[in-house]
Amino acid sequence: MMPTSEDELSGMIRDASGPISVQGGGTRGVFADGQALSTAGLSGITLYEPGALTLVARAGTPLAEIEAALAAEGQRLAFEPTDMRALLGTSGAPTIGGIVATNASGPRRIQVGACRDHLLGVRFVDGAGNIVKNGGRVMKNVTGYDLVKLLAGAHGTLGVMTEVSLKVLPLPQAVATLSIPDLDAAQAVAAMSAALGSPYDVTGAAWADGAAIVRLEGFSDSVAYRADRLAEELTQFGAVTIGDVDWSAVRDARAFAGLPGDVWRVSIRPSAMPAMVSALRADGDVQVMADWGGGLLWVLCAAGRDLRTSITSGHATRVRGDASAAIARFHPEPAAVAALSRGLRQRFDPRGILNAGVMG
Amino acid sequence: MQMPQPNASVIALKDQLAARLRSVMPADAVITDIAETRAYECDGLSAYRCPPLLAVLPASTHEVSDILRICHDMGVPVVPRGSGTSLAGGAMPTADSVILGVARLNAVLETDYADRIIRVQTGRTNLSVTGAVEAEGFFYAPDPSSQLACAIAGNIAMNSGGAHCLKYGVTTNNLLGVTMVMMDGTVVEIGGGHLDAPGLDLLGVICGSEGQLGVVTEATLRILHKPEGARPMLIGFDSNAVAGACVSDIIKAGVLPVAIEFMDRPCIVACEAFAKAGYPDCEALLIIEVEGSDAEIDHQLALIGEIAARHNPVEVREARDADQAARIWLGRKSAFGAMGQINDYMCLDGTIPVTELPHVLDRIRQMSAEYGLDVANVFHAGDGNMHPLILYNANLPGDLERCEEFGAAILKLCVEVGGCLTGEHGVGIEKRDLMHVQFNAADLDAQMAVKDVFDPGWLLNPAKVFPLDASESHRAA
Repeated sequence: MMPTSEDELSGMIRDASGPISVQGGGTRGVFADGQALSTAGLSGITLYEPGALTLVARAGTPLAEIEAALAAEGQRLAFEPTDMRALLGTSGAPTIGGIVATNASGPRRIQVGACRDHLLGVRFVDGAGNIVKNGGRVMKNVTGYDLVKLLAGAHGTLGVMTEVSLKVLPLPQAVATLSIPDLDAAQAVAAMSAALGSPYDVTGAAWADGAAIVRLEGFSDSVAYRADRLAEELTQFGAVTIGDVDWSAVRDARAFAGLPGDVWRVSIRPSAMPAMVSALRADGDVQVMADWGGGLLWVLCAAGRDLRTSITSGHATRVRGDASAAIARFHPEPAAVAALSRGLRQRFDPRGILNAGVMG
Repeated sequence: MQMPQPNASVIALKDQLAARLRSVMPADAVITDIAETRAYECDGLSAYRCPPLLAVLPASTHEVSDILRICHDMGVPVVPRGSGTSLAGGAMPTADSVILGVARLNAVLETDYADRIIRVQTGRTNLSVTGAVEAEGFFYAPDPSSQLACAIAGNIAMNSGGAHCLKYGVTTNNLLGVTMVMMDGTVVEIGGGHLDAPGLDLLGVICGSEGQLGVVTEATLRILHKPEGARPMLIGFDSNAVAGACVSDIIKAGVLPVAIEFMDRPCIVACEAFAKAGYPDCEALLIIEVEGSDAEIDHQLALIGEIAARHNPVEVREARDADQAARIWLGRKSAFGAMGQINDYMCLDGTIPVTELPHVLDRIRQMSAEYGLDVANVFHAGDGNMHPLILYNANLPGDLERCEEFGAAILKLCVEVGGCLTGEHGVGIEKRDLMHVQFNAADLDAQMAVKDVFDPGWLLNPAKVFPLDASESHRAA
């Protein structure tokens, strides 16, 4: 199925006799059983106002098309959408709908927020075929319940998005990255917390290959000034160098691309990260790297290992691994919370046909 | 304002209910005296009043759970209340409801500067959250203008904003976790010190649900280190349209100030008379604040000055020190007080796309003549959140009604140009019946489906947000 209008999509869902697998670019490894429904026919930027920092696009619009339009005006999607193709071995072109449906957010999450924080409005068709809009295209909007956040990250289980409206931000004039090599997990978290607790507006803080890296962005003079000040404060953790780093490799966990094993994302408080790394290592061989100042741990481990048995706080999502294994993609929720999530899915998709089983 | 008929059989339960509540909490925390419950008869929307059946002031999540379980058992509606500063009637009681005030829940539970979070009980005021961390150089970013009084509970319920949200976002962007009590007394933990949700983003829909999904008793909030410094610049223009175009150009140039405030002539005149801040005599003025080190501030203000120069400003004033900065902010910060001095006024809160500013201001001026009521405009221009103040005379019969009609017409205009009914105050009872203007039946049904799941009996904060005709079948179900 490849609808070319919201009405056509509504009819297809209303008339569906079985499960539907909603697909954007198919790059994020989210596949449900059922008839494929592609959003490719719902494509194109419908409104872009650089002076209002807003962009509205149909859900199937390729990310590349949006990024090109924004770059031409010196703007960007500040939440740094991830590209999972190398890590997951998928092909295809990421779509804005897929990014929103998975709330795919990169290193700048710690400063500007996630995709859900930049999502101003959605239009979607729910599991009964109802066409629904929520939010809008303005920055501040508290009119009614915020279903926008609920749809972001719902992995297509509450409805099929047809159009999204996003806040965009200016591209910075300059970028600089501070690096400190040879740090263990505890030292890295301490260095990153010091940087993030400074007044210097850090837009990325990661730990990979034993190095803590910290990113600054903005006007050239300002970046140079802040880089110097921050380097001074961070020398207590090791020798600081200032240079260029490819943050897309951090964003996409590319170090684990092509390596055998399963890949997990663990979301935790940064201060809990060092102990968690020790616990993960005690229970088996792992490779780890951290983003979000230590609040996001990327873990490569043996195929089939259930990482959750080693985790005592936060939650873990398995992003790469044998789909037929008994390990769920998402962390089980406490009973009372799970009941709310289940209740919402039942109301928005009474027949349970949209990406069934993807979120539990 | 149409409200549902109070349920006489619930009102008849008052003594029995009070006795059950007193069995689970201290006697002084259950207020039944009619003179005392009157203290809770309204919030910041004081034109509408109704004393509640009784009021309770729990001191722990456990007590909140007991209260809700008892009210749930007996079928009694509950209206949660923070500090009662809502301008939308978000905490207005009904005659058959219990007011659940969170004022006694005001402790700081945890601060962690390494993880940059604070966990508080939600009766704590917004400003005192910053107060708890500022000695370490940190602050809590959302800053509604009622921040001295308003509670975090109400901030979460209304997803409150503030003057600095252009850079730092509103409540929902700074809220990481909650402890929430469901109407049946169940306590749920959602989110925490980590950044993303393990499943559906329930936190995202709880924030801004106007106290209708549960009572949030504890919250984990993001705290940030303060910038090195901040300074404003004032720019005067000879028309609203030019000021609006300048805002757009600043944003396009890649400067992202922390605040861009806009005042039109009626507002400037009133503030000048009241606060004598020395504002220029002009049609529109912008106050733009930027942050950073002294050198960074100088650079950004110079850039803004260059952009403004292309729009032939009648005056550009850059603050060189704290004293000059305070003078620039003085008029703006006293705007509401100044208007209150000269008149009764009604404060609106619609948002429009920034690009529509000149058009909308022109239309408001025309409508002002049609309705025969003056309007002063003061608002957050960077994000299009307008606060037109309509002046009226409460002692003149029919004037309030005319003012409300005019207000509704302005909000409809906001929706018509691609905006919304409320940017930061919430729907409450004030804009409840205008929801049909922005949403069709399917849009409202989808929102009410969430309410059905969280509070199937529709007992929490009744008669708010959704038009009564739209919610009737849900409430009866």
